[in-house]
Amino acid sequence: MTPHTIQLDQHGRLKHFLTTEGLNRQTLTSILDYAESFAGVSGRAVKKVPLLRGKTVANLFFESSTRTRTTFELAAKRLSADVLNINIATSATNKGETLQDTLHTLEAMHCDMFVVRHGNSGAAHFIAGQVAENVHVINAGDGRHAHPTQAMLDMFTIRRHKPDFESLRVAIVGDIAHSRVARSEIHALNILGVSDIRVIAPKTLIPDNIESLGVRVFHDLTEGLQDVDVIAMLRLQRERIKNAVLPSEEEYFRCFGLTGTRLRVAKPDVIVMHPGPINRGIEIDSQVADGDRSVILQQVSHGIAIRMAVMAMVMGAAPDSSGGDN
Amino acid sequence: MPENNIDVQQLIRTLKSGLDQYLQEHDRNDPLFVGIHTGGVWIAQRLHTLFSSTHPLGALNIAFYRDDFSRIGLHPRVTPSSLPFDITGRHVILVDDVLYTGRTVRAAMNELFDYGRAASICLAVLVDRSGRELPIRADVTGTSLALNADQHIKLSGPDPLKLVVSTTA
Repeated sequence: MTPHTIQLDQHGRLKHFLTTEGLNRQTLTSILDYAESFAGVSGRAVKKVPLLRGKTVANLFFESSTRTRTTFELAAKRLSADVLNINIATSATNKGETLQDTLHTLEAMHCDMFVVRHGNSGAAHFIAGQVAENVHVINAGDGRHAHPTQAMLDMFTIRRHKPDFESLRVAIVGDIAHSRVARSEIHALNILGVSDIRVIAPKTLIPDNIESLGVRVFHDLTEGLQDVDVIAMLRLQRERIKNAVLPSEEEYFRCFGLTGTRLRVAKPDVIVMHPGPINRGIEIDSQVADGDRSVILQQVSHGIAIRMAVMAMVMGAAPDSSGGDN
Repeated sequence: MPENNIDVQQLIRTLKSGLDQYLQEHDRNDPLFVGIHTGGVWIAQRLHTLFSSTHPLGALNIAFYRDDFSRIGLHPRVTPSSLPFDITGRHVILVDDVLYTGRTVRAAMNELFDYGRAASICLAVLVDRSGRELPIRADVTGTSLALNADQHIKLSGPDPLKLVVSTTA
């Protein structure tokens, strides 16, 4: 099964969340609506709801991450789940235990959900194919493939500022070729009805055939940012410079760095997003990152609400009967 | 039974005078009104107006506190709860349209406690119907109905408010 079929149950409900690709608009809108309800929980005296009380969530991070892991952890805790953080780089897989053995060991401890970050594309999908029927998997980033909760928190941030997706012009700027965030964002934007999606990057950082995803390619930042409503910056991995895909950090900033001057060609109410961590002075100028068009810190808060929504949805798609009462 | 033509306005007036008496007897002043989504909010709105309350109206959505989540999952639509005041130390009137099993009220009280420690909670319901599964009772009611398990009562609204009793075939 492909990632987008394995993540749905027989009623079309999300039981894993592996990719935004192939989901329908209603499912993405539900994620955003539930996140809106969960967003209020963070502002209360008791920042918790009892929805996942008694459930155990294991964060399996094969790649290091601070903000994604901590926001998943907080989201699970605000749903009253118990959380295990397992840093695989330093654990049993180093002692020769296979991924499958690790999974089965954790299942034997009655974990109900795995949140997986892995350097290989398809890792979360592989795990979803291995786990028992009542265990759910959320992809927290797999290789260059997908990072669906990041894409959804970006959609949530966009909707909070500009709710009419159809009329938006959205530019994604940076290392499109190696970015799972970009891929998941492009799928989500398409599904939500955004008709003008642009990707802006040097030729070496644009994958072949990207136009087939319904985007327009620009190699000139100022040209691409013309009249956009939303700018989604990507983090530039420094290895790209070491590997000579790019000439130098200075050169990259000169051509593709988001500065106050460049921002002026966008709509006056443009919002600037970035998944973090920011490389100040490489892909974005500090004045823009900290400026009044930046929504970067809002994205972090929204990440908690989105992750609560996704966890609650997949955990709620358990096999069983139905019925409600007063 | 007066099926399909229950006078909702009359029930709201009964509820209002019952609440007046209750608040007086218990010496509770200046209460906060909190309705439970969806029907309870409609009734709470009417009471809020009748009492000329100067506080905002609270609305609770107990979807995240339900006890049947593991059986049926999330409710399809969840309007966020909104309590635009601090309930700590305040008298709260919790309002719902129909009190049946008592599970919704149990969930609503759990949620209220996560917002703060109210001085008291009074439960006011438009219809108190038979079928309780928990030790919960209303303090003030518009009416009480003895219904069988196959009978359902539903409030539609918000304008006009209508109570309809139906029977499962």
